[in-house]
Amino acid sequence: MTTTSAHGTDAPAAQVPDYPMPRAARCPFDPPPALHVLQDQAPISRVRLWDGSTPWLVTRYEDTRALLADPRISSESDLPHYPHLSPAQKERRRQSRTFINMDDPEHARLRRMVTAAFSIRQVEALRPAIQKIVDGLIDTMLAGPKPVDLVQAFALPVPSLVICELLGVPYADHDFFQANSKILIKRTSTVEQARVATQQLLDYLDRQIGVKLAHPADDVLSTLAERVRAGELSRREAASMGMLLLTAGHETTANMIALGTLALLQNPDQLGWLRESDDPKAVASAVEELLRYLTIVHSGRRRVALEDIEVGGVTIRAGEGVVLANDVANRDPDAFPAPDQLDLNRNPRHHVAFGFGVHQCLGQPLARVELQVVYSTLYRRIPTLKLAVDLDEIPFKHDGTVYGVYELPVTW
Amino acid sequence: MKVIVDQNKCVASGQCVLSAPDVFDQREEDGIVVLLTEKPPDGLADDVRQAAALCPAQAIWVEEEEKKE
Repeated sequence: MTTTSAHGTDAPAAQVPDYPMPRAARCPFDPPPALHVLQDQAPISRVRLWDGSTPWLVTRYEDTRALLADPRISSESDLPHYPHLSPAQKERRRQSRTFINMDDPEHARLRRMVTAAFSIRQVEALRPAIQKIVDGLIDTMLAGPKPVDLVQAFALPVPSLVICELLGVPYADHDFFQANSKILIKRTSTVEQARVATQQLLDYLDRQIGVKLAHPADDVLSTLAERVRAGELSRREAASMGMLLLTAGHETTANMIALGTLALLQNPDQLGWLRESDDPKAVASAVEELLRYLTIVHSGRRRVALEDIEVGGVTIRAGEGVVLANDVANRDPDAFPAPDQLDLNRNPRHHVAFGFGVHQCLGQPLARVELQVVYSTLYRRIPTLKLAVDLDEIPFKHDGTVYGVYELPVTW
Repeated sequence: MKVIVDQNKCVASGQCVLSAPDVFDQREEDGIVVLLTEKPPDGLADDVRQAAALCPAQAIWVEEEEKKE
């Protein structure tokens, strides 16, 4: 069997590796070794996805950053060779297309409807409320039985409570939306499971938009409802944007909290430095390094070339799919010396954990403040925090489009 | 140095405000960049260069002044 690339070179199917690749068993924090090999060998190579398609994979930092900012590359998920993450994500995109899968000017018009709530000033104003949430959850953990699963008791509730407050969604519904988000980010979910989960979330957000139309409040869903009233957004578009913010707003940060804690527990000297540090700048720098080191959005950024683009002597033809592996780009030794070392002093602000280009994460200021509050509070209030099981008993989200741990049993 | 911003390109990531809060701000209504000073003092030059380098939308330009010999 052979595959034919768009510019006519035949490669035996066996030579095109499957993507994503497995991580090494004993290195749960490091990208798959095969990705490092590809990064060393060539700037760009073909990989095979779940649906048999063979888009280009870009692994080096400079190329990743340049392509993500290149206007000749598209995020339109309706384009024929768009390299979908999984059957579930393809189905979700089909039912609920948002600005993350649109190009400018449509992308900018819609994104700007929700950017006000995520400005540095607005997010800083939430810091005391986030601190209160974090302290309250730690109080409850300390008063309860141990060991405890840090994911359920802390890592998931922190961002869920925050995003519910910001959007104006009742936190009492968290079991419902967390269960449905989980289905959408699992690579093994079927199309039918994804269809039902997406529909349920869209129906739910549509009802919430209806509530805000009747009873406007000071929250993001109310601003979307106002756009609906003004005729600038359809109910469907508003529900899709609400769903995007709700799901993106808790799964990612939750995984950074739990996986970050595990990484720090495995690096006690770094944890000690962070615990002793009183300087908000040092904490902020630690957050950036954990974002880089862990790069939990580990399934690559997905794009389609709109024109022929040359990368490292190879031409990506117009219409071909491109996957930008930002997890291994964040371990590129040309951009980050000794990249596989967790070094909280590094201050690697130029990492691509939030992506790059016009689609760079909208919620990044909020994620930063949440993580700064968590990392500067949890280990100080529970200085003896430790794993309640061996590292090899921790279930990692190898089957997730977002990486992390399913459970993190801890004690103190 | 002279700083130029393009509000049309800006995506409100906030990276510039984190890098140089005395030079960049964000509009209340949509978080789009506002330039507080076109000619920041020398002491802020590195922060401004970092803001330009980190801007994901590449909406910030820095014109370095030629040093007089």
